[in-house]
Amino acid sequence: MTPQLGIFCVLAALSVLGALSLILQKHPIHSALSLIVVMVSLAGLYLLMGAEFVAAVQIIVYGGAIMVLFVFVIMLLNAGVEEYTNLSKLAGIAGIPLTVALAGFIAAAIGRSGEAVQAAAQTGAVSSTRGISTMLFKDFVYPFELTSVLILVAILGAIVLAQREK
Amino acid sequence: MSSFLSTNALLIITLVKIALLLFIILTVNAYLTWFERKVVAHIQSRWGPYRVGPHGLLQPLADGLKFLFKEDPTPAGVDKFVYFLAPLLSLALALTSIAVIPFGPAPIHLFGRDIYLGIADVNMGILALFAITALGVYGNALAGWASNSKYPLLGGLRGSAQMISYELSLTMSVVGVLLMAGTFNLREIINAQESAHGLFGWQGIFSWNVFCGPLPQIVGFLCFFVSAIAETNRVPFDLPEAEQELVAGFNTEYASFKFAMFFIAEYTSMITVSCLCAILFFGGWLSPFPATSTWAFTHYLPSLLLIPFGLWVIWDGIRYETILGRLILPAVGTATAAAGAALLYFPQVNEFIQGPFWFLSKVFVFLFIYVWMRGTLPRLRYDQLMNIGWKLLLPVSIANVIITAFAILKWGAR
Repeated sequence: MTPQLGIFCVLAALSVLGALSLILQKHPIHSALSLIVVMVSLAGLYLLMGAEFVAAVQIIVYGGAIMVLFVFVIMLLNAGVEEYTNLSKLAGIAGIPLTVALAGFIAAAIGRSGEAVQAAAQTGAVSSTRGISTMLFKDFVYPFELTSVLILVAILGAIVLAQREK
Repeated sequence: MSSFLSTNALLIITLVKIALLLFIILTVNAYLTWFERKVVAHIQSRWGPYRVGPHGLLQPLADGLKFLFKEDPTPAGVDKFVYFLAPLLSLALALTSIAVIPFGPAPIHLFGRDIYLGIADVNMGILALFAITALGVYGNALAGWASNSKYPLLGGLRGSAQMISYELSLTMSVVGVLLMAGTFNLREIINAQESAHGLFGWQGIFSWNVFCGPLPQIVGFLCFFVSAIAETNRVPFDLPEAEQELVAGFNTEYASFKFAMFFIAEYTSMITVSCLCAILFFGGWLSPFPATSTWAFTHYLPSLLLIPFGLWVIWDGIRYETILGRLILPAVGTATAAAGAALLYFPQVNEFIQGPFWFLSKVFVFLFIYVWMRGTLPRLRYDQLMNIGWKLLLPVSIANVIITAFAILKWGAR
């Protein structure tokens, strides 16, 4: 087993365990912590693929900024321990088959395009800042700007909602 | 055995470097507390630590022993896992951030290998550092939450709000430097400052990023330093641990070595920030004097500082009150003066020491400024803190980025 494979296994196991713990934990803070574990181990996986920039940004934006806000809000609201609900009928009828179907689709997609995924993972071009900025500001400039507008709309919506409550 | 050594040489060298750096950083941390207490005391016309050892020099040792042997009660109703995790996280992340910092330009040749000063030479150096410090917030926030007590909770809340606010301007203020250097690698950022033209054709101090380039980054530096002080929770931004309001803030319920871990983490991040200031804005290990033969005499500055300092310590030591002091101080002074004289005798070592000498001198200046501010400035009010972060630093640092970008477009990166 190469060291890369070993590190991959550890990180993959960590992210899956973190995701499971995110759902199964009863306290919101513990769930948030599990989510941070998922984010950081995903960043580790990106690093393993040679995408240093994406890994760093993953930790700075998701692990740092967004999750700190989550934790901040949970602490501020002093959210208490939650209880497990019984499986609702809708979840039993629609949820479980849909989950299985989704898992099947993803597995099929990965299985079919196995080589393509590996090739995409190994392109070093995306890892450099220059490559990323050409992609963002030249090749995909319209989707990028549209996403910014979308985020702006979301921010404005949040402000409007917060103002209305006063 | 030898084949094992040669195949894993990089790993072994790195492990040895990590152990060495940990030892150095922890010792420097301990003496930083001594230095801080001494300087603040002298600012306030007091003597500071004076009883344990000559000039209180053994005080850090006594403090360390006290931290180790104190009772360590766990308060009732704490969230055990998070309560133990928080100090660990704080300390581990603070120490990790030191790993990407380069301490000198030239490698040491040892066992046929070039060993560079600094553990990891990461291409994404500055980003990796920001990623690590971004996670550092959790130490404070979780400590406040897990303690099951109102003052730590308030401290933790303040800490996380403050860090979210100041991280923006901290990151934005660096972008100007990154634009000028065109890289994230800390080593290359320093080298870019060496090759700069400099103001009025003067190399050295005027080719550093604060004074030179298409747009001197002095505004960027001020934004960076202020935000960095807020990020490290130091005076005048130490609201998360405001003694008068919150007992001790987020670490109120922590005792013994768990408290010490927070303490060490805080001082370590002070050192990291000082190193970053030196690297990004003040030329890292570059000498402030031009590298021409007229200024060659400045290469003897380490000796010129060490020898008189050593002689002064000897002179001070022989008249010291206690016998221990009369033994230790002259010994330390002799060693210092001898080291200075040895540098004169071994020009190769002297050349090698230049980079680390200037780097550590700059770091020391910033550490002194940290302590100086603690001794002189009052704490900000919470609304003032938020106003400075969002209404002053963030717009100014964004404007700095935009103007720097235009200046580079007009006059080129250098």
